[in-house]
Parts: sequence; structure tokens; C-alpha cells
Amino acid sequence: MASETHDAAGTASACVDAGGGAIGMPQLCGEWMGNQVFWLVITLIVIFFILSRIALPRIAAVLSERQGTITNDLAAAEDLKVKAQEAEEAYNKALADARAEAQNIVAATKAEIKAELDVATAKADAEIAAKAAEGEKAIAEIRANALVSVKDVAKDTAKELVSAMGGKADARSITSAVTAKLKG
Amino acid sequence: MAEDAKEGGAELVFHPMDQFIVKPLFGDGPVGLFTVTNVTFWMALTVLAIFALLVLGTSGRSTIPTRIQSIAELAYGFIRKMVEDVAGKDALPYFPYIMTLFMFIVFSNFLGLIPGSFTTTSHIAVTAVMAMAVFLAVTILGFVKNGAGFLGVFWISSAPLVLRPVLALIEVISYFVRPVSHSIRLAGNMMAGHAVIKVFAAFAPMVLISTGIGLVVTPLSIIAITAIYALEVLVSFIQAYVFTILTCVYLKDALHPHH
Repeated sequence: MASETHDAAGTASACVDAGGGAIGMPQLCGEWMGNQVFWLVITLIVIFFILSRIALPRIAAVLSERQGTITNDLAAAEDLKVKAQEAEEAYNKALADARAEAQNIVAATKAEIKAELDVATAKADAEIAAKAAEGEKAIAEIRANALVSVKDVAKDTAKELVSAMGGKADARSITSAVTAKLKG
Repeated sequence: MAEDAKEGGAELVFHPMDQFIVKPLFGDGPVGLFTVTNVTFWMALTVLAIFALLVLGTSGRSTIPTRIQSIAELAYGFIRKMVEDVAGKDALPYFPYIMTLFMFIVFSNFLGLIPGSFTTTSHIAVTAVMAMAVFLAVTILGFVKNGAGFLGVFWISSAPLVLRPVLALIEVISYFVRPVSHSIRLAGNMMAGHAVIKVFAAFAPMVLISTGIGLVVTPLSIIAITAIYALEVLVSFIQAYVFTILTCVYLKDALHPHH
């Protein structure tokens, strides 16, 4: 390393030895300070202008824009939350209304059906009563017919019996006898 | 300081301070006031790095930041909050100046950690200019804002009356020592760490000279270099932080001189 830097030995400097090494602390070398201060001032001015003209306003804008976005989003979220609550309330109300209406419809339908049923029952009862009366009439008729038939059969049987025993019975005495027997 | 190797690497070569030498970037001429030197080069790199981070990194202006934009915003928020917390809300107009100092120091320190680089902030000339700038700006600002009332910074009204003249003397001395400590703290920290790394680096090739001792010394010095490098990474940030927060403290004194 030392041999490489021998070329620099020609430099007339109080801070660098013939081998290119530092003499003492390079920080205390007066002849370099002016150069450093000059370039430092340039550097700081350049950095200051980069920061104050471009970087800092831009970052500040980005940050405030983000803050604004966040605030807006939060407000929008709050709005949406309120809307959701309203929607839920409306839904519940609609549900309750629908339930009540359904119950009304159920009650009305029940009443209607009951009325129809009553009408049908009454009609059926009337029909049944009519049919029963008709039947009773038919039975009475049949019974009456049967009584007449019984009288005829008895008269015929009595006449045949009388004639079979060799007697001769007139129709009138037989009829009165049978009638008397039947009544008895 | 320099002990040259005279017999072709048979001796250890100690040049811990050579890394701080200022040399012209082109040619071997003397270092004049406007000579383009390695100082120029590394300061220019600092400017480019700051430009890349804070300007190119934020060019998207995205509401959802990219990684680099996040870092830029982090740096912005970090320093802005520091100024606001330490020096108060009325110090915010001076935020760009303080941000300039912080960004320059932090990037110089970290660029200085690149092996073979030149650390501009290890030079007292550089830190002294910044410290003096802060000192003068704060003093002038204090008198402009508060007039003679700025002298109240030396007159501790909460102390017993008898003690006040003594305390005032101490305060005046400490006030004028501020730029010295402010600048030497940064330059000294940077210089010391880099020099120590260089010293350990000089011990590292011991194994080439003496295998027996070298087997112990070489690994030890490499481990030491690694450890000190890690420490230097911390120091690089912390010293930038300390320089900046002290600037804020001094600024607070200028804006609110009464304790």
C-alpha cells in the first residue's frame, strides 16, 4: 500500500508525509479546512433547496391528503353505518307489518271458510232432514200398503180355509171377521 | 502515526488516520479552496442519496405509500415531530433547516460506513461549520425574537437570588461551549469508530506474519471489526439524532428563553 501512494509524495503538503500517510490528525490539517467548508456550504444549500422546494412540500401534501382521505373514509363509514341501522329498522318494521298482515289474512280466511262451512253444513242438514222426511213417508206408505196387503192376504187365506173345510163363506162376513181379528 | 511496511508485509501496517486524508479527486495537485476532492465526491453522493430518497422515492405521491416513500415519510415525520415536541409549534418554520442538517449528517454517517469511503462528518471542519451555524442562528434569532429578554436564558429565576449570579456565569460559559461540544461530539464519535475499525483491520493480517499468534489474533480482530461496525451503525444514527435534537433544544432556548 505504501509503495502505491509514493507517487503522491510530490504533493507539497504539511499534512501528508512522503509515504502518503497522514501526519497527525487529518482533521486538524488547516490547509484542507477551507476546501471542506466550501463544499459543505454548497452541499447544505443544495440539500436545503431540494428539501424546501421539492421534498418537504410534496411529503406534506401527501400526508395531509392521506389524512383527508382517512377522515373522509371514516365519515363515509359512519354514514354507511347509520344507513345500515336505518335499513335494519325498516326491515324489522316491514317484517312486523308483514306478520300482522299475514295474521289478518289468516283470520279473515278462517272466518270466510267457517262461514262457507256453516252454509254448507246448514244446506247439508236441510237436505238430510228432507231426505229423512221422504224416507219416513216412504216407510209409512210401505207400512200402509203392507197393512192393506195383510188384510187382503188374511181375507184370501180365510176364504180359502173356509172353502177348504167345505163351508161357503160370503165375502162380507169374512171381511168383518178379519177386520175384527186384525184390530184385536 | 504511520509506520510503513519496510520489508514487504513482514510488519503490520498501521494507517488508522489515512482514511481521513483529503485528496484531490483528479490529479495530485494541492488542495485549494475550490479543488474537487474526495470531500466533494462524498458530499455529492450524500446529496444524491437524499434526492433519491426524498424526491425520487416520493415521486409517486401515492396515498398508499411504496416502501421508499414510507421511509421518506418516516424521516419527515420523525424530524417534524422532534422539532414540534422539543422546540414547540412556533419552531416549525425552522423545520426545513433542521431537516437539512439531519439528512446531511445521517446520510454522511451511513455513506461513511461503506468500506473504503470517506466520512465527511468525521472532520471537525465540517461539524464545526454546522455547529457554529446553529449557534449563530439561534443566538441571533433569540435576540431578534426576544430582544434583551433573551438574556433571561442565563438568569435562572427559579434559583435562590444569591446563587443566580454564579449560575449566570456557569450558564454563559456553557452557552459558549455549546458549539464546541456540539461539533466535537459528532466528529469525535465518527472519527474514533472508524479509526478503531482501521486499527483492528491492521491486526487482521497477523496470520500471514506469525501463524501461531495469528490464529488467535486474526479471528479476534475480524470479530472485533464486525462488532464495532455494528456499533458504528448505531452511532451513525444516534449521533445524527443527537445533533438534531440538540439543535432543537437550542432553538427552544431562543424562542422561549425563560425557563
